[in-house]
Amino acid sequence: MAVVLEARGLNKNFGAVTAAADINVAVERDSVVGLIGSNGAGKTTFINMVTGYLKPSSGSIAFGSRDITPLAPRQITRLGICRSFQIPQLFSTLSVYENLLVGVGIVASGGAKWADASRHAGTPSETVDSILERFNLTGYRDKPAGVLPEGVRKLLDIAMAMAVKPKILLLDEPTSGVSADEKFGLMDMVMEAVRAQQVTVLFVEHDMDIVNRYTHRVLAFYEGRIIADGEPGVVLDDAEVRKYVTGEARAAGGGKHAAH
Amino acid sequence: MNQLLAVLIDGLIYSSWLFIIAVGLTLIYGVMKILNIAHGSLYALGAYSAASLAGYWINQGHAPMGSYAMMLVAAILVGLIAGPVIERGLLRFMYGKDEIVLVLVTYAVFLILEDFIKLTWGVDPYFLYQPYSLLGSFDVGNLTYPVYNLVLFGMAVLIGVTLVWVLTKTSRGKMLVAVIHDREMAAAMGINVSLVYFVTFTAGAMLGAVGGALTAPMISVQPGIGAETIVLAFAVVVIGGLGSLPGAVLAAVLVGLVRSAAVHYRPELDLFAIYFVMAVVLIMRPKGLFSVQEARKI
Amino acid sequence: MKRDFTIRTLVGVLIALLLAGPLLPRWAMFLITVSLCYGTVVLGMMLLMRTGVVSFGHGLYYCLGAYAAGTLDVLFGVSDIAVMLLAAVAVTGVVSALLGLLLRKYRDIFFAMLSLAFSMILYGLLVKTSALGSSDGFNVAAKTLFGIRIAGTEFERYVIFAVTVLIAFVAAVCMHKYLASHMGRLAGAIRDNELRVEYMGASVRNTIHVNYVMSAVLAGLGGALAAVSVGHIDPEMSYWTTSGEFVFVAILAGTGNVLAPFLGAFIFETIRSFAYEYSPNTWQMALGTTMLLVIMFLPGGLWSLFTRMRRAA
Repeated sequence: MAVVLEARGLNKNFGAVTAAADINVAVERDSVVGLIGSNGAGKTTFINMVTGYLKPSSGSIAFGSRDITPLAPRQITRLGICRSFQIPQLFSTLSVYENLLVGVGIVASGGAKWADASRHAGTPSETVDSILERFNLTGYRDKPAGVLPEGVRKLLDIAMAMAVKPKILLLDEPTSGVSADEKFGLMDMVMEAVRAQQVTVLFVEHDMDIVNRYTHRVLAFYEGRIIADGEPGVVLDDAEVRKYVTGEARAAGGGKHAAH
Repeated sequence: MNQLLAVLIDGLIYSSWLFIIAVGLTLIYGVMKILNIAHGSLYALGAYSAASLAGYWINQGHAPMGSYAMMLVAAILVGLIAGPVIERGLLRFMYGKDEIVLVLVTYAVFLILEDFIKLTWGVDPYFLYQPYSLLGSFDVGNLTYPVYNLVLFGMAVLIGVTLVWVLTKTSRGKMLVAVIHDREMAAAMGINVSLVYFVTFTAGAMLGAVGGALTAPMISVQPGIGAETIVLAFAVVVIGGLGSLPGAVLAAVLVGLVRSAAVHYRPELDLFAIYFVMAVVLIMRPKGLFSVQEARKI
Repeated sequence: MKRDFTIRTLVGVLIALLLAGPLLPRWAMFLITVSLCYGTVVLGMMLLMRTGVVSFGHGLYYCLGAYAAGTLDVLFGVSDIAVMLLAAVAVTGVVSALLGLLLRKYRDIFFAMLSLAFSMILYGLLVKTSALGSSDGFNVAAKTLFGIRIAGTEFERYVIFAVTVLIAFVAAVCMHKYLASHMGRLAGAIRDNELRVEYMGASVRNTIHVNYVMSAVLAGLGGALAAVSVGHIDPEMSYWTTSGEFVFVAILAGTGNVLAPFLGAFIFETIRSFAYEYSPNTWQMALGTTMLLVIMFLPGGLWSLFTRMRRAA
């Protein structure tokens, strides 16, 4: 399978704090990768480096054959790597429809500057309506983003990331803040949209059930390093992962909760 | 050599004045995050009140030396009256609104007070030259300076040192600093933020009025002095870093020296000098010389 | 349909003004002309506010436009309105393109203060320039339009009026279309969440820069037109209190529609002319009080009152 994203020897130091140490990852096209680890382990730092928000202290990141390490977030987005946020970043005074229209409009007006003339078929308005449908947001179409319930805000945040037609999608804790009974529904919707558009996905998660169910591969982070890399079943059973990330409770086969 | 000395001395005198007019503004911003445009009116009110009270004192034939006390009394009274009226009567209902909205609120207060001054004192200028000329002058080399300028310098130092002492050595002062750094946390730890705001604004108002009172003997007190001065105070505060006391000192010194150099070598640029410094500083340090660190957002 | 409504109203007002012009008493024609000049500047302020930045130094461009128009006459003997307006556009366009390179990196108080600083720099320079009359300024008189002589003719007042009306109309229509376009929508997004805009691939700084230049050119046009209709210009146009007035009118009017700035400017100018006449020492107090009332009770400006009424209807 083709490698679509590769991180080589990534290091990130903030003074005496090591947020990332010798990260080496090669992500294959169309795969779904879960990033797990306790808070401060380096998952979000990794995402921030990939999306250009942070520059690594050393090491490189390649998207396909292109070195994207020095690029700004805007340029990286235009190449086809997009992210969603742990705290939904929305345009609160604009309606849900207008929020999506901004993204669709950016792609439509960007033309050849975008990775692969990835224009949407149809008018911007039609495109937005189809996105609304796919994410079950049609009922909220004209509501200002600022008044939406948390789960809907998360969904909109992800929908906006999808609106700019990424090739790689990075989701930062997509189900955090979402009630337990809505989590699977949300992930089902997102994964369906992702499969339909042939997008490679990496997502940070604390809920191991979600990780187990949706990922092909899991990367476990601890103190800035990747301590395990492989299939979900294997990684979640790994002794170090149990010690530093998920907690011993899983070993007994009990508990549906992710401990950390 | 002589010219250089003149530039230095003039610069320091102007710096003293700049510091005095700006310190109240930076204090209020630091604690309350409000850029108080009405500070200009408080300055003007201080000047007019000092001119009236000290002028009355002198005209009544009392000891001219007492006029200095009168000036300060006038300024303190202005601060003690105007400060609470503005803060309790208006500002406290606006906390929580956007920063820019709060600036506009203080701008509205400025406009109202400007006319209040015109209605109370009329549009003709007032003069209060006695406190200035009374002290005579002194020589540095073959340059002559009014002793009053020394008073200005002294007051600047006194105000600066007092504020630093209050903020770092007293418990009340340390509470103020806590609020400067994080209002929510300070409130969560039991600090009465509302009281802190009230005290800070009143203190800032007094400082503004004191600036005006001290300046009154050096100028003709007339409509428009508030508008002229507030822009200079802004510039000093922004250059130094909003809310930073050491910043205000450094900025005042920097601007004072640059302007003094301009006045001596290129007088047509003297109005230009302070804004030029602001532009240059902001280009090199976008938040001013000293600024507060910000935590990661996402 | 809101969009049609705006265009229809603009066209209606345009026709009404052009037709009624010759019938208006001189003071009314003058009041409307000045209001439209001011409104054009505020239209630019509105664009910036919708992008999330407040300029406290737009007097810079208002003044530059006026002086560009005026100095053409004083220095080169050119006094054609069309050329004056072109000069205003050119000068403000170039200056704002340059200053915008710096300003686009700042927000909030810093943007406001830097823009104020630049306007005060111009003020300081003009006050010290005796060739341009120092703080007294000088008189401006437009003599021709596209080569056709108008000064001294009975049409003079009307021509100036009509040109102002037309330019304001074109500016309003263009702005309306711009705001409905993708780039115009980006402004509101930037105001709400710059980070997200960058993460969706658009350049926040480029958009702010472009909008800044547009608003500056509008202010320059307003200034040049004011110079021609009032006949006198002075450095006060670049003083920070002038910029403050623009901010005030923008807040008063609201940013909901391109009609709002002109409505706000008209109300402002009307009150100002009458206040000056009857009580010049309470004019600022009235202004300040109104601003407080608007901020407290009508944060969307007068236009939000209008939309509320329409929705209720």
